[in-house]
Amino acid sequence: MSVTGFIPRTGTFTRWQQAMRVFRHGQEDLQQVFARIKENVPDRVVADHHKCVQCHYCVTHCPEGAISIQPNPLAYRGNYHWQPHHLKNIWLQAETGGKLLTGAGNDKAYFSYFDHMVLDACQVTNPSIDPLREPMELRTYLGSRPDALEFESGPSGPILKTKLAPAVQLDTPLMFAGMSYGAVSLNVHKALAMAAKACGILMNTGEGGLHADLYPYADRIMVQVASGRFGVDHDYLRRGAAVEIKIGQGAKPGIGGHLPGEKVDEEVSRTRMIPVGSDALSPAPHHDIYSIEDLAQLIYALKEATEYTKPVAVKIAAVHNVAAIASGIARAGADIITIDGFRGGTGATPLIIRDHVGIPIEMALAAVDDRLRQEGIRNRVSLVVSGGIRHSGDVAKAIALGADVVAIGTAALVAMGCRLCQKCYTGNCNWGIATQKPELTARLDPDRAAERLANLIRGWSLELKEILGALGLNAIESLRGSRLRLRGIGLSEADRRVLGIKNAGVGA
Amino acid sequence: MLRIDAQGMPYRELNQRIRDAVRAGETNFVLDNVNGQRYIGTGLEASEVRITIRGVPGNDLAAFMNGPEITVWGNAQDGVGNTMNAGTVVVHGGAGDVLGYGMRGGKLFVRGDVGYRVGIHMKEYRDLVPVLVVGGVAGAFFGEYMAGGRLVLLGLGRPDGAPLAGDYLGTGMHGGVIYLRSRPEEYTLGREVKLFDLDDSDWAFLEPLLKEFCCHYGLDSARVRAAEFCKLLPVSHRPYGRLYTP
Repeated sequence: MSVTGFIPRTGTFTRWQQAMRVFRHGQEDLQQVFARIKENVPDRVVADHHKCVQCHYCVTHCPEGAISIQPNPLAYRGNYHWQPHHLKNIWLQAETGGKLLTGAGNDKAYFSYFDHMVLDACQVTNPSIDPLREPMELRTYLGSRPDALEFESGPSGPILKTKLAPAVQLDTPLMFAGMSYGAVSLNVHKALAMAAKACGILMNTGEGGLHADLYPYADRIMVQVASGRFGVDHDYLRRGAAVEIKIGQGAKPGIGGHLPGEKVDEEVSRTRMIPVGSDALSPAPHHDIYSIEDLAQLIYALKEATEYTKPVAVKIAAVHNVAAIASGIARAGADIITIDGFRGGTGATPLIIRDHVGIPIEMALAAVDDRLRQEGIRNRVSLVVSGGIRHSGDVAKAIALGADVVAIGTAALVAMGCRLCQKCYTGNCNWGIATQKPELTARLDPDRAAERLANLIRGWSLELKEILGALGLNAIESLRGSRLRLRGIGLSEADRRVLGIKNAGVGA
Repeated sequence: MLRIDAQGMPYRELNQRIRDAVRAGETNFVLDNVNGQRYIGTGLEASEVRITIRGVPGNDLAAFMNGPEITVWGNAQDGVGNTMNAGTVVVHGGAGDVLGYGMRGGKLFVRGDVGYRVGIHMKEYRDLVPVLVVGGVAGAFFGEYMAGGRLVLLGLGRPDGAPLAGDYLGTGMHGGVIYLRSRPEEYTLGREVKLFDLDDSDWAFLEPLLKEFCCHYGLDSARVRAAEFCKLLPVSHRPYGRLYTP
């Protein structure tokens, strides 16, 4: 008997109760829900606890309400230092000798700076504003701003002489983070595109190309160019509202992408422009980029190819030297810098990288914004930040720290049903999100999902207006980089110094 | 025909003039005194356009290009044919590093030697099969991560015993074919590839291609053909499978 055989590998804390009854009722469609059941005969159904990932699809969809999933108290002996996931992973690797894979974002108990920052509000002497009665401006532009504006006088007033760089207008300072078609299903991409169009924001293709079904929404889509160049051609570049060069992402800084051949079906193949069933490798480095000068070369190649009509973004993971790197990117000619923190999600990454590499987005953002201001080049780029943004409070705090726009990936998937089981890399997503299997992708209705996404964006936007009103502001622009409106609770002096904020209780 | 004297002209101005002229219906260009201007032909989309370059064009010549034919009377620099989709580039000298990065279609001919990481990430899709022919020798990492297409390395005029390519030939290759006009030492190869002899279908592809190459440069194709050719193929289409534990 193998050492691992004692305890279920995944979902080890789960035990199903009463689940079998529904099968006796002959709920044929539910047997799909119970796809993870090992033995399936009319009279006796045995759930395979090893395979349960606690995605809660069956629990949510059982018409009898008969299923519950509970921790298995006997799964592991308690030990503060050797926690269940440590034991499970050692057993697993002792068996396979492989690298551990995972999906979604870093779930470890690192300190959250968002949770130790609070926003200000007006009382008595500086009146707050009621967003129900007064106009509140959330409109945001993504793109480079000139160092100064020059005007000349015309017959009916001054005329702007300065030629402005291309910019994309967002109705609210939010966008959907890059998630590739291949990692997620086409229905997810459609839903994101529809919601982006409806909300006047942007979605991001990730590095898997742009499916023809998304062409009608292309003016609301940022197209990504990564090291594998999947789906990238002149047409792709011209359709997008903006082009993003992907250098890295928070879930796997310094690590490349690898879409296994199993996920490359006919449609994915057409969109990525690679043969069906072939592995899609995006190595960590772009092998034509070894310096800021090389990056500048690609930025301007994309600007030439799009005739300087679209902003070009560069996406990097938040790492130790992020401020200096961001300064280089700004000087290389990028119009937008996207920074993804260590809580950022992914369809697949080595677990050890996801959980131990990179820095929190709050710190990275504060450091980058500081550095760009010190160098007098903050206006040259818009900052998009992402990586574990959970609610509009995180959004407001990020903007106060200096972000122009906040991108959400995980939160968008959660809005569509994701339960964060972190098994995206298996291609068996029961919610039809991170899979290409037709029977699973059919579970996600793109119209309904788009509606849910649009609702989320609307809800967060309303909350942002509420926060602005409380702060006595009537435009998101006034909160941008206004760290005076943030206070730290329970932060060390070093933390507060990096974040550039005062301690709670310290007045203006 | 539109003749542009590129002497001292910034690349942005030069390329804008070409694009504007293409839009106005011009199909034939001669660029004189080109001296390092980048991005010539980048993003150009018009199969009937011919561009003759006299001088040395700068990096990313023909990047994201879709259709035109570019002839360079001189050397080219880095990044020729970056993510190119269709068209032809003929270089009558040598060229630099990372030629044909992520190239998906079209043809790229270089008369002389090329630098490092040439033909990396080349990929094919249906009827789009990129072809890159190098007359001279190549640096290390030739055909790295190659996923499709055809690379041909001839090594013409190199000293006796000199290697055809640098080390790590075909590292990470998982598709496509690399044709070599000599048999390299096994230790210079990437781990994911093996050498094979050519069969009839290889020659059916290679013969007309070598003729086309020789025609561009006035070479005797029979002499180019008269050597021991071999091909490099990936051993596995999944070189990086079985590394992970689900």
